[in-house]
Amino acid sequence: MPDGTQVPDGRRVVVVGASMAGLRAAEQLRAAGWTGAVTVVGDEPHMPYNRPPLSKEVLAGKAPFDSLAFTPKASTADVEWRLGTKAVAARLAERAVDLDDGTTLSYDGLVVATGMRPRRLRCPGPQAGRHTVRTLADAQGLRDELTRPGARVVVVGAGFIGCEVAATAVGLGVTEVTVVDPLPLPMVGPLGPLLAHALLRRHEERGVRFALGTGVAGFEGDDRVTGVVLDDGTVLPADIVVESVGSTANVEWLDGNGVDLADGVRTDEWLRVGGRPEVVAVGDVARFPNARYDGVPRRVEHWSIPTDTAKHAAKVLAAHLADGGGELALAPFAPLPTFWSDQHDFRLQSFGAPVLGRDDVRILDGDPDGDVLVGYHVGDRLVGVVALGGHAVASKAARYRAELLKQPALSVQGAVK
Amino acid sequence: MKVVVDMNKCQDHGQCVFAAPDVFSMDDDGHLLYVADADDALRDEVEEAADVCPLQAIRIED
Ligand SMILES: Cc1cc2nc3c(=O)[nH]c(=O)nc-3n(C[C@H](O)[C@H](O)[C@H](O)COP(=O)(O)OP(=O)(O)OC[C@H]3O[C@@H](n4cnc5c(N)ncnc54)[C@H](O)[C@@H]3O)c2cc1C
Ligand code: SF4
Repeated sequence: MPDGTQVPDGRRVVVVGASMAGLRAAEQLRAAGWTGAVTVVGDEPHMPYNRPPLSKEVLAGKAPFDSLAFTPKASTADVEWRLGTKAVAARLAERAVDLDDGTTLSYDGLVVATGMRPRRLRCPGPQAGRHTVRTLADAQGLRDELTRPGARVVVVGAGFIGCEVAATAVGLGVTEVTVVDPLPLPMVGPLGPLLAHALLRRHEERGVRFALGTGVAGFEGDDRVTGVVLDDGTVLPADIVVESVGSTANVEWLDGNGVDLADGVRTDEWLRVGGRPEVVAVGDVARFPNARYDGVPRRVEHWSIPTDTAKHAAKVLAAHLADGGGELALAPFAPLPTFWSDQHDFRLQSFGAPVLGRDDVRILDGDPDGDVLVGYHVGDRLVGVVALGGHAVASKAARYRAELLKQPALSVQGAVK
Repeated sequence: MKVVVDMNKCQDHGQCVFAAPDVFSMDDDGHLLYVADADDALRDEVEEAADVCPLQAIRIED
């Protein structure tokens, strides 16, 4: 059923996903000269808001929940927002998206910006008391419980969100906070053992406990969680459980179109999807080859990626819609990944792709017990830097950013698949 | 162009420095310094800086 909305010049770009990547896509389409209609569909009830503070400042009560909205830009004043509305199916061959309110949007260009949702633990036990942190509603619910006196917290998953939530809980005065992970060290995947050890020590010194090298077998409690059962049968008493065990891409609505949806939406080096020049993907959901590295398609869940992908994808889409598919006079997408994480009184700041150089890690400055700056290498080439410590060392990392930016593409032979 | 940084929000990420080095800089302790009364020719750069600030602390007040 067509929705009957009149589109001014008859042409429309539909953006699915109304978070940071969707917002930046709308803004960047205008910046790239697209004057047709833009409709953004999002299943959350809110205008796009900034997620990082949900596990940090906002969870800590240092910033109010209503401080998270992005500042609106004049260029997007005429964008149509269909909030609280979910895309349930796409028919790419017909250029149509079906929504859960029964309407169908036809489009000339489509931007996929549906991001991720938290993975959940599938083990037996009650649901109440178990939390994830992705949305405003999640963070509000968790904060209400964390601020109850005497709460005992178990965080499952020692990735960056788990580490941040544990730190914030300790900062709120929670005395019993334990982080559980099957891996031997926190954040060891992205950082490697040297920094992961340093991180573990810092968390322990500040009162976080760890149960590492073990998974979770189940939860105790009748109506709500009272304990977390580890693989060896040990029970950690808990009133609040935070599950931070990774995320799953929101791609189901694209099923049935012959698009590669294994771990996000596969794109080409111009962020186009399924060989269709009128469909692009942006943000966390996009699995793109990075021409700066080995060209292997990967998803990158960093805050810098919505803005970087939106800029590139909007240019690609606007150029296609303007001249109906002439040669693309644009270089392949080659962003420099940038990531930070604030935990307790210290910051992790990363530039480049440390994960590619994990086998050759060198200390560039400082030492792991204090402020430290670490370089990750492939052969003799620096592929990533990570700073751990105060803000001064984080800004030292920034000096290496220029060096990382200057380098030519990494040869495929030297690459890690 | 008047540039305003909400210093209660700013946490010295320095992303603004990469986007608009003529307006934003970091001192040796890693704290932000900026030009509040910036040349209008730098508007695009400052808008980019506002986009990439993780705390969304930068505003342009014409
Ligand atoms: C708690 C937390 C802390 C973080 N901290 C940091 C940090 O310190 N540093 C850092 O670099 N990065 C951090 N990140 C990562 C960063 O926030 C993400 O990379 C960024 O939010 C990705 O934006 P996105 O728009 O691509 O995806 P999302 O923000 O996931 O947005 C996707 C949107 O699409 C909606 N949607 C999904 N399916 C549909 C559908 N079928 N129809 C309509 N709408 C749909 C979703 O509800 C959501 O609103 C953090 C993330 C979280 C959750
Ligand atoms: S990017 Fe934002 S938080 Fe960082 S120094 Fe600039 S204004 Fe401050």
